[in-house]
Amino acid sequence: MTKNETVISVRDLVVGFGDVTVLDHAALDVFEGEILGFVGGSGAGKSVLMRTIIGLLPKRQGTIEVFGTDLAALGERERRTIEQRWGVLFQQGALFSSLTALQNVQFPIREYLDLSPRLTEEIALAKLEMVGLSPDVRGKYPAELSGGMIKRVALARALALDPDIVFLDEPTSGLDPIGAAEFDELIRTLQRTLGLSVFMVTHDLDSLHAVCDRIAVLSEGRVIASGPIETMLASEHPWLKSYFRGKRGRQSQRLVHH
Amino acid sequence: MSAASLTATAEGERVALAATGAWTAERAAELEEIIDQTVRRYQGASDVVIDLAKLERLDTFGAWLIERLKRAFTGRGSTARVIGLSDADRGLMEELQLVNRAPGETGAAANRIAMALDAVGRAVAGIGWSLVVLTQLLGALTMVIAATIAHPTRLRLTSVVYHLERVGWRAVPIIVLSTFLIGAIIAQQGIFHFRTFGAEIYVVDMVGILVLREVGVLIVCVMVAGRSGSAYTAEIGSMKMREEIDALRTMGFDPVEVLVLPRIVALVIAVPLLTFLGSMAALYGAGLVCWLYGGMTPDILLARLREAISLPTFTVGMIKAPFMALVIGLVACVEGFEVQGSAASLGLRTTSSVVKSIFLVIVLDGFFAMFFAAVGM
Repeated sequence: MTKNETVISVRDLVVGFGDVTVLDHAALDVFEGEILGFVGGSGAGKSVLMRTIIGLLPKRQGTIEVFGTDLAALGERERRTIEQRWGVLFQQGALFSSLTALQNVQFPIREYLDLSPRLTEEIALAKLEMVGLSPDVRGKYPAELSGGMIKRVALARALALDPDIVFLDEPTSGLDPIGAAEFDELIRTLQRTLGLSVFMVTHDLDSLHAVCDRIAVLSEGRVIASGPIETMLASEHPWLKSYFRGKRGRQSQRLVHH
Repeated sequence: MSAASLTATAEGERVALAATGAWTAERAAELEEIIDQTVRRYQGASDVVIDLAKLERLDTFGAWLIERLKRAFTGRGSTARVIGLSDADRGLMEELQLVNRAPGETGAAANRIAMALDAVGRAVAGIGWSLVVLTQLLGALTMVIAATIAHPTRLRLTSVVYHLERVGWRAVPIIVLSTFLIGAIIAQQGIFHFRTFGAEIYVVDMVGILVLREVGVLIVCVMVAGRSGSAYTAEIGSMKMREEIDALRTMGFDPVEVLVLPRIVALVIAVPLLTFLGSMAALYGAGLVCWLYGGMTPDILLARLREAISLPTFTVGMIKAPFMALVIGLVACVEGFEVQGSAASLGLRTTSSVVKSIFLVIVLDGFFAMFFAAVGM
């Protein structure tokens, strides 16, 4: 696994709404083949940074490079090609409620690739099984699925086009601890088999300990620290100290290391 | 990236296949054709070796196609092996060996006639069911009304006034405008055709009776069903989707009392008022056309109108209005409660709310016509 190649590089990014500046000259790198855990207090702008990278929010200043190309400099079509190389798992899954689980996964494949119906279906089913769902869910609508299953179908849809990067917005929120641990494991397995780079916004300390190669911390509009979990635990920054070495932090540390 | 391909070398019943290039999503369509051809060409092969050593890139699409190729041979009883797999791709290939094992849904040759009968049956059962649900809500509403009469403070007055403003006051401009135009159109058509017989003056009779008895209330009900009925369904439906209705229930509130009663009370008050305004606007429009196009002076017109219509003509229209309001409100709320989790369901229910309430309003109007004929009004 090469760790030198940068797949996402954010520099000097300023994002705000009206008078409020959410991101204030933030900088961040995501390297190829790593799982980056992105943490910060509620309302610190984690989701804002993610949504700005994937182009859902406009930036005021700064550059965002993905696979070495500046997104702002791209035309509509080149942008599409880049967008095909990433997949996004939204916090609530964001499955299309009028499509079945299988159709949800088939949707991007059908739109972007000109494949036979048989192959489209086989690939979509394969993705559903790769995220640990039984083929029985294929005909179910999102309203008929449990929260954990919705996240898995959404992950399968995010992976539908075999992207190089996946963005996960709080993938384990709303899951029970067992389900969350399984989901972490799943992300790790898929990341290894598919060679993904993963950008994961999370609050889940267990996830941070269990699967993240590196952690970046957002506070007051800037990325104040980044590095492996050991660095975070050793840091004397007051926010990091209370986040990683608070009561809950110590508990999940114990869980993972013993 | 070089083109992906599959080269085959056959020695008797042994076939060696070598995959080259990038087996990825972009090439999946051509690769599928290649593997299908290969399978067809080497049908007799008993021992197949698939060599992946020269692969440049492999993703899920390519890996699945290789797995499918392998299964096509093993399914026929031949042996098939994959060799030359790089360590990086091994996990992916292993993962894909496990998928798509379950027998696919057999698209059981669907009988068209059976399917049509099935659809008809479901539709009929659906109509029966919707009548049951409508009656249920009417019953629940009656209970709530009885309870509210016993304890008048339980009526949510703020909510009633809020809905009254939305479905009544704000509907006034569009309803006055539409009924004004309808009245004018009826009068113009009447004058145009009655002129042949020299009976233009009877246009006033026609418009007066038609508008006050039927058209005024019907037009208003159609507008209200489209404007407010659909809004009720969408509101209650999205509350249902977000579990707000369940939240109300667990806090000990009756959704019928909190949501349905104020909405229906507002409609029952607003629709007669709108009907009155609408009828007046229609008469005004008709009168204007009679004056400008038909050449009748206003005093002749008024005299004729006074002779043509009597108080019962007016009351017949007004009596119908609150009942129609009740039907629109009930249908709208029932459809709202029937919304399931998806956005499509919300759209479906909103459409069905408007269609059903307009239909029921017309049916009810027919019953009223028979009733009033029987009592001689």
